[in-house]
Amino acid sequence: MHKRFTLQLLAASAALALCGTAAAQSSIKIANIVELSGGGATAGTNFKNGVELAVKEINAAGGILGKKIESTSNDTQSNPGVAKGLTQKAVDNEVFAIFGPVFSGSIMVSMAESRRAEVPNWTGGEAASITQQGNPFIFRTSFTQETAMPKVAKYIVTKSKNLAIMYVNNDFGKGGLDSIKKALNGSPTKIAAEISTEPGQVDWSAAVLRAKNSGADAVFVYTNEEESARALRELRKQGWDKPIIGETTLTGQKVIELAGEAANGAVAHVGLTVDAPNPEMLKFKANFYREYKYISDHNGIKGYTGVYTLKAAIEKVGKLDRKAVAQAMHGIFISAAKQPGVLMDVSFDNRGDLDRESFMVEVKNGKQEVIAVLPALNAAPKK
Amino acid sequence: MKKNHIILLAIAAALLLVLPQYLKNYGVYLLTYWLIFVLATMGLNLTVGYAGQKSLGHAAFFGIGAYTVAILLKAGVSWWIGMPLAALLCFVVGLILGFPALRVQTIYLAFATLGFNTAVWLVMRNEEWLTGGTFGINNVARPGLMGLSLDANRPYYYFVLGVTVVMALLLLGLLRSPWGKAFTALRDNPIRAESLGINIRAYTLLAFAIGAAYAGVAGALFASLVQFIEPAPFAVAASIMMYLMVVMGGPGYFFGPVLGAAMGVVVPEWMRDVPGVSEWYLPMFGAAVVVLMVWLPDGLLSLPDRIRAKRASREASAARSAAAAAAKGVKA
Amino acid sequence: MTDFFQLFFSGLATGSIYALAALGFTLLWQAAGTINFAQGEFVMLPAFMMLGFMAMGAPLLVAFLLACLVSVVVLGWAFKKSIVDPLLRFGMMPIVVATIGLSIAMRNGVRAGFSAEAHPFPSLFGDALFKVAGVTVTAADIGTLVFALLIVVGTQAFLAKTVTGRAMQAVAQNTESASVLGINVPRMIFYTFAINAVLACAAALLVTPTYLAKFDMGESLGTKAFFAAIIGGFNNSRGALLGGLIVGVSENLAAAYISPAYKDAVALVIFMVVILFKPQGLLGKKEERKV
Repeated sequence: MHKRFTLQLLAASAALALCGTAAAQSSIKIANIVELSGGGATAGTNFKNGVELAVKEINAAGGILGKKIESTSNDTQSNPGVAKGLTQKAVDNEVFAIFGPVFSGSIMVSMAESRRAEVPNWTGGEAASITQQGNPFIFRTSFTQETAMPKVAKYIVTKSKNLAIMYVNNDFGKGGLDSIKKALNGSPTKIAAEISTEPGQVDWSAAVLRAKNSGADAVFVYTNEEESARALRELRKQGWDKPIIGETTLTGQKVIELAGEAANGAVAHVGLTVDAPNPEMLKFKANFYREYKYISDHNGIKGYTGVYTLKAAIEKVGKLDRKAVAQAMHGIFISAAKQPGVLMDVSFDNRGDLDRESFMVEVKNGKQEVIAVLPALNAAPKK
Repeated sequence: MKKNHIILLAIAAALLLVLPQYLKNYGVYLLTYWLIFVLATMGLNLTVGYAGQKSLGHAAFFGIGAYTVAILLKAGVSWWIGMPLAALLCFVVGLILGFPALRVQTIYLAFATLGFNTAVWLVMRNEEWLTGGTFGINNVARPGLMGLSLDANRPYYYFVLGVTVVMALLLLGLLRSPWGKAFTALRDNPIRAESLGINIRAYTLLAFAIGAAYAGVAGALFASLVQFIEPAPFAVAASIMMYLMVVMGGPGYFFGPVLGAAMGVVVPEWMRDVPGVSEWYLPMFGAAVVVLMVWLPDGLLSLPDRIRAKRASREASAARSAAAAAAKGVKA
Repeated sequence: MTDFFQLFFSGLATGSIYALAALGFTLLWQAAGTINFAQGEFVMLPAFMMLGFMAMGAPLLVAFLLACLVSVVVLGWAFKKSIVDPLLRFGMMPIVVATIGLSIAMRNGVRAGFSAEAHPFPSLFGDALFKVAGVTVTAADIGTLVFALLIVVGTQAFLAKTVTGRAMQAVAQNTESASVLGINVPRMIFYTFAINAVLACAAALLVTPTYLAKFDMGESLGTKAFFAAIIGGFNNSRGALLGGLIVGVSENLAAAYISPAYKDAVALVIFMVVILFKPQGLLGKKEERKV
């Protein structure tokens, strides 16, 4: 107990001394606060790996403004209470920026802390409410469901008049359900059924049956990777021959691997995919594979591009000032030509939402094939 | 032995009062988190440790307490009304949970409580109109105390400390009273206890109800600590963790929960900071539980008793062999 | 009506998976007084072992046999020696707690030491689809059901008809008398653990193609298996099968006709009803309590 007390005392005085002299630090500290256990373990682990890969690359190339990045990873256990505490800890440790958590439930809590401490916070969360809190220090690494769903809706309207929606019963799935319903509101497409499913659900016969019996002429599947694979298999098994539409989680490489033949024909709107026809993305895919021996999912890309976005913002400002960096992020446009690490041109708005190209992808012969490239909503200058 | 105890208590009290002044935000937050779990597991210790029941559904009460307070706060009701209501609600639900305990024993009861927990969690997750579902309830406020704001971490810590100490003293009083003896009789031999005139049914129900009420108060404090609640922390895994905390600390020992909650909440945090260990702290925790069970099945606080018992048995056997030798007229 | 049958048959397939996990659990409880909270992880570990052996080049069935061997040593002998033997005399709860700790250690150990991802697992039965009276079933559905039945019937026969099996039953019913009669009690108990390890391995072989090899696959499987075992009758092997099938089918029917969001509550409700009205389970025998 005494040792800890002395250490705390030293840490406290050291931190006080460092207060306001952030620029005097010899390294840039970032905290990686992600789900490494519990329901979000897979997403959080992949996000963390993406972040760490980017940090490694940047440090090897000389760092940001000549300073190396020092990153520490912490496990939120998929528990918002823990996420909040870890964010406070990161703030205590005077980090420059925070990455994560990925789960929307956790980020809603932790970002209150990072906002209070005025520390820029990148998140992998996709829930719409994240950027609706008026927080000037929160930045996304992927589309908000509010941006993604209208894009999917446009495609759905061309294929379906009566849509069944299968969604996973957590904040990710329910947020998606609400967004797609909102996007389809006023369009000729009606919602035939809303079918709730469990995270980790193994038996999909009841869900698929409900879809079949609802009279739907297409199904929108919005669940996590393993469940998407099982859903696809069950749809194939029960002879579903109508369109199967989804989002990034439906046609990921992992899903194709797990679903096998059943994945063919599925169409999805994909914000981030390692199979995008983009040389930078392919390089990332190879580097990630070399480092971690498996193919990254979209969470890995989120973490990776997030760090490079931070780099771009710091370089734009020219100094290590958290507030200035956060301000610079609003309205920033980062071109992939100048900052290859972001993999695709991206721009941020005043709420922290990002905007970039996305893809409509169809699974053909066990591979993702891009069937359409959807431009960013704000027409950005061509590469 | 008694004097040592008093000195230990004095040191602990001093540390609890003084330490937060030297800790930063996270340290204070962690201490508060730990205290809340001490309070919750105190209740579980009564149910499991003193009354010998099996409860793997404690986190459900924790959650009911948290949601009650959060929902009422959102409706404009003060925390000071919400918290007692939460405790009362948990007391009633605990009584209801006690009924299966009258009909089934040990492992079946454990599973019944596990089932209860899952059912409560499902309601928390599915009934969005009431609980916000998976989106949870955000911006839960902290109570004010006679004009003083408890919004900052340190004042809230002292508040939680105060509540915990008061509840602990209440529990101590309960355990020292004839009720406490009735609970231990229930644990050690229920049928014999009944033959002595103790109302088994009433005490079984009370064991659950009082334990639940403690978890309810802890839940109310938890909601205001984290300021955002969703169903995940109240699932079966959390109940199992709480049960482990009670068992590791020592069921039936008053300070068991203090140690158990420290092992479950604080130690993993420390382990996470050790380089190279961070990924492995959960497997190590699991392994530690196994090792602890094999070595000290009655929990950490049973160690002094064990040592005493060993010493006593050694002395007894030495005395026996001395007596035997004397009887034979041969030097030992 | 075909809907109902579709749900029914899918439920049977899922239920037979629960039954396999429940069977070993029941056996350990019957014959060795051990409640194994890590039963789900006992299925998860052989699944990963088989993946490991296959990665080294072994074909599926060889990997299975190797995994069985390793499981008997690790999940059978080592488990018994290091955890069950020292704790048995303290009653049931210390073993429960120790196996809870074990399950946490195993689950997170695999996650930290191997991978947090789900891995595909080859199926014994291939992907063929059959249409029977308007209902679509996969070869795996039928295969799992048939195998589960065979395993349960085989275990039941072994326990009732062979000398070793009868000796194991004797040990379960009255250990003291069994040893007085000259039965090698420790060895019988070891056989129980060994059989459980092999059953878990078989369960892994049959269920992992559907469940996918993931560090947390044991969690939900284990919980459902416990409920299935108790519903069917904790002291009866056929009870495990019945309980598993009941849970599997009811879940599906409830998800389709009542509410998919409360799917997981079905096993609970049946469980609650059973233990309140027939605590020894649907096929179990009443146990006496000594004062």
